[in-house]
Amino acid sequence: MKPFRYERATDVPSAVALLAEQPHGAFLAGGTNLVDLMKLEVATPEALVDVRRATSDRIEELPDGGLRIGAAVTNSELAADRTVRRRYPMLSQAVLAGASGQVRNLATTGGNLLQRTRCVYFQDTTTPCNKRDPGSGCSALDGYHRELAILGSSPACVATNPSDMAVALAALDAVVHLQGPLGERVIPLTEFHRLPGAEPERDTVIEHGELITAVDVPPLAMMTRSTYRKVRDRASYAFALVSVAAALEVTDGVVADVRLALGGVAHKPWRAWIAEEALRGARVSTESFQAAADAELAAARPLPGNAFKVPLARNVIVHSLGDLAEFHQLGEELR
Amino acid sequence: MEAEITLWVDGTRHRLVVDTRTTLLDALRERLRITSPKKGCDHGQCGACTILLDGRRALSCLALAVAYQGSEIVTADGLGDGEPHPLQRAFIEHDAFQCGYCTPGQIVSAVGMIREAAEGWPSAAGKDQDAAEVVLDDEEIRERMAGNLCRCGAYANIVPAIAEVARP
Repeated sequence: MKPFRYERATDVPSAVALLAEQPHGAFLAGGTNLVDLMKLEVATPEALVDVRRATSDRIEELPDGGLRIGAAVTNSELAADRTVRRRYPMLSQAVLAGASGQVRNLATTGGNLLQRTRCVYFQDTTTPCNKRDPGSGCSALDGYHRELAILGSSPACVATNPSDMAVALAALDAVVHLQGPLGERVIPLTEFHRLPGAEPERDTVIEHGELITAVDVPPLAMMTRSTYRKVRDRASYAFALVSVAAALEVTDGVVADVRLALGGVAHKPWRAWIAEEALRGARVSTESFQAAADAELAAARPLPGNAFKVPLARNVIVHSLGDLAEFHQLGEELR
Repeated sequence: MEAEITLWVDGTRHRLVVDTRTTLLDALRERLRITSPKKGCDHGQCGACTILLDGRRALSCLALAVAYQGSEIVTADGLGDGEPHPLQRAFIEHDAFQCGYCTPGQIVSAVGMIREAAEGWPSAAGKDQDAAEVVLDDEEIRERMAGNLCRCGAYANIVPAIAEVARP
């Protein structure tokens, strides 16, 4: 690990001011990804500004019925929160599908959004990687890419975003609050992470010195019956091959509204806008779910080692929507 | 860069000067000679370094010591009160290890896990995410202990050892 200075910030303004003085510095929260990347010398900050006690560690009700999740709320606390479990089960389920109990106890909401890809070449400083070392090339294209992207990738990078939490937040229309030297910004979660394009080194739209202070989730009644389904190589403690966050509103056998986002398929949490559009107004049936999944995945450009993800994503979408529809039908029959 | 920090470990106060790069795991093992937290992968993947950090289970290999100035740490060494902790006894009775390297991390993790379940924290194994009470059946124990690997594969005895304490 490269040497670095360590400073602890007590509040948001001092955190932002401290990092503004450090062009090669970074914020530290739970550290569960950053400290590992520093050990690997993938990340080599010259200074760390510890913000674990600078941002809020509370989940608050908003006047509109939504929730404000402080950036320092741990993944464990977020998943265990009773209001989150009742109103946004997909969010609790997504967080619990990620990492392990020990990691979730340290990892924070803000840090989770900023974790880096687990592409093996990104984490190995002896191999070319455009994300770690811009212009050096992509080792994954002709190498090991089983876990990597099938949607939205570029010739420069096929990395995937590893977060489960962010997939649920993308489906939830969450917004991210940032505080930087130039003031505050509020960015929709779906626009917070980037596609790689020609600049794969930039995971997000965040600028140096900007600190995530909170994530807001708006109220949405159909989220009380939302789900997160994750497919991976092991039963637990593994990153997603494909995951799906889904919520469905059905009226008289027709899709009144739907939220759908995919994980493990792209450089960012993938909001399935095309499938949502195809589903609204469609009759609830396996055929319409399949057609919507196919419409979303028509743009997929898999590599030889991850072509299996296209039918896998299709199947997980169809099953997730099917489960939700069955639940609705059951509810209508009971009424 | 160096920093002076205080850590409470297994009830004893320690003052030490650490390089900012020092993890809690290295501070415990190399500086304080408290070797029950084990260095397995050193990358947060195996759980051998699990400690209780201010009451919650955490990976000491991914925590910078300087960031946990003033914290209270419990290792497998400090669990018993003169006597072996019930989980330590259950591991012995159930022969829940072969080489033993992952064992202190398994036991500390189980202590933290049982505490989390008692507080009603859910897991990915739960059928009802909003259940008021958690019943630690074998499936729940396996899911909640997924962050502790045993390369000898002693899981078949680890799960019953934990179950004996988790649902007496």
